[in-house]
Amino acid sequence: MTAINAPASYDVPRTARFGSLAVVAAALVLFPIVFSNPAVTSVGVFAMIYLMSVTGWNIFSGYSGYIALGHAVFFGIGQYSSALLTNHLKIPPGWDLFALLPVAGAIAGLAAIPIGFVLLRVRKHTFIVLTIAVMFIFQLLAFNLRSWTGGSQGLQMPFPTWTGSYFNEPFYYMGLLVSAIALTTSWWVRRSKFGLGLLAIRDDEDRARSLGIHTTRTKLIAFVISAVFVGAAGAIYAPFVGSVFPQFAFDPSFDLALAVMAFTGGLGTLVGPALGALVIGSLQQYFLLQFGGANTFLIAYGLLFILILRLLPEGVVPSVTGRWRQWVVYRERSHSPAPPGTGTPPEVGRRRDVALEQGRPA
Amino acid sequence: MLITQAVIDGILVGGFYALMAAGLTLVFGVMDIVNFAQGALVVLGAYLSYALSVHLNIDPFLSLFITVPATALLGVAIYWVLIKPIKRDRVVMSLLVMFAVATLIEGILDYVFKSNLVQIHASYINKSYNLGKLNFPAIYVYAFLLSIGLLGGLYLLIYRSNFGRSLRASMQNPVAARLVGINTDRVSAITLGIGIGLAAAGGMVFGTTNAFNAASSYDLISRLLVIVILGGFGSVSGALVAALLMLVIQDVVAVTWSPLWGQTTFYMVLVVVLLLRPQGLFGRKAVRAQ
Repeated sequence: MTAINAPASYDVPRTARFGSLAVVAAALVLFPIVFSNPAVTSVGVFAMIYLMSVTGWNIFSGYSGYIALGHAVFFGIGQYSSALLTNHLKIPPGWDLFALLPVAGAIAGLAAIPIGFVLLRVRKHTFIVLTIAVMFIFQLLAFNLRSWTGGSQGLQMPFPTWTGSYFNEPFYYMGLLVSAIALTTSWWVRRSKFGLGLLAIRDDEDRARSLGIHTTRTKLIAFVISAVFVGAAGAIYAPFVGSVFPQFAFDPSFDLALAVMAFTGGLGTLVGPALGALVIGSLQQYFLLQFGGANTFLIAYGLLFILILRLLPEGVVPSVTGRWRQWVVYRERSHSPAPPGTGTPPEVGRRRDVALEQGRPA
Repeated sequence: MLITQAVIDGILVGGFYALMAAGLTLVFGVMDIVNFAQGALVVLGAYLSYALSVHLNIDPFLSLFITVPATALLGVAIYWVLIKPIKRDRVVMSLLVMFAVATLIEGILDYVFKSNLVQIHASYINKSYNLGKLNFPAIYVYAFLLSIGLLGGLYLLIYRSNFGRSLRASMQNPVAARLVGINTDRVSAITLGIGIGLAAAGGMVFGTTNAFNAASSYDLISRLLVIVILGGFGSVSGALVAALLMLVIQDVVAVTWSPLWGQTTFYMVLVVVLLLRPQGLFGRKAVRAQ
């Protein structure tokens, strides 16, 4: 067994962590001001949409270990809520659009209750496959319920009143705001007793249950929270693109993109998925703009994913922090040989142990 | 009459879905791998047969003698290069690896063959046999016979051969199998080869009966997974029954209600069944501790 409390000095120093956080936050706020080219800021909007979605997704899938490949359901529900409400309530196309963000998020969250109730009856691979099936049910419903969704014709949304070079910025900053809320929620969940319950479910669900954790309730709450943020992302995406189509609202590649981003950065960590979303989300849009066709991107995407799974199976962030801890231990050992009788230093760099021991973001 | 015709169509089509699903469920049974790339590999098989028939004028059924061994070798290679090095969290990690493989294959196929829809042609594609008022399209009948032949061969391989005995042992208890001297890595590699070879055979039939492009794999894999889950993961006979059942239900709903809802029913049946029986129709309860 490892030591119960790894000394704080084995972690990346606090100042380094908060310093880099401040730098990244400042860079994200200043990004559209520095790079005002609309092509670049539109990449930024997509990165924000992915950032909030994957952070929401990670609150459920990352912490509980239930890999959901069907969150496009909530992305689509958010998009359709936004489009239908805008068109039926005759909401003027402007800043009022963003008032719909919490509404669309709430609708997605409400929808997540019955969906989660059905899905969370099964575990592991069956759960993964069932989420895919539910995603396709919703896509087919969107195609078939023509009086509501317009079927394959899709729904059109009015373009906001702001135009030209200024068009992307409101979407970008709204995305950044919701992403910040999502990250704060994720950070809070990770620190809370509720979050510990989720981590316990990830490690051993039956034992967690025997220890008195309401596993079904805990999973369902996390599922709903994740759906709210993905739904809100849909409500930013729809007015930004200006139309909603079944195959893009309920898009299997969206599900997979979330999983790839989270795994690349580090599943179940706070900043890992966010990092994955910023890098891969931007790369994806860049490739699309640069090469038009999707096939070169698919090849690059597949190769990159295989490489990451082979070389950094835990994701970039846990691998880097693990290396850091190993380096610290190595340095201490070589500088001051451990006094006799203290035993070996704690085993370091293993994400699960560290997360559970310390109950806070790794 | 319409319903009888729908049932017959469902059974004929269900036959080759059973073939593709059998490969998927067998691979899961032996090594706990959800082969997410099965859909992309079916499309790969379809494109290989298509290329052989267009460029070398080889009959699609004869092309199987080339495409099945080739894709089976690919499966063995995938096992040694990508699956075996996975140390922990095999179920989820292998699913993601196979997803990456699927993405890669889709990208390459889209790059080589472009994204317009194609279909494999042969002289007998539009022929059909009539029995009274019932109509049997020739290609579906041939495909059904092929599926029965291959599934029969699979049965003999699993239950009547030495390799099959090792395979079943690896399925029941991999550790004990290793203890009695079975090379489970070799069994796993060959099983993945067989599973993917079956996908290529199914792909040829898919390519002759449907217009397809690289993106057809999403629809395929979700259908195959539904069949496999419904039949119970790891159960080959379950997959056969589920494939026939699902395709018959889909075709009957399409005829009696509307083709639009046929496909939706396909997925709805899965949700309803899993609410009542989370392990699927023929699955063992709580397969094994992970």
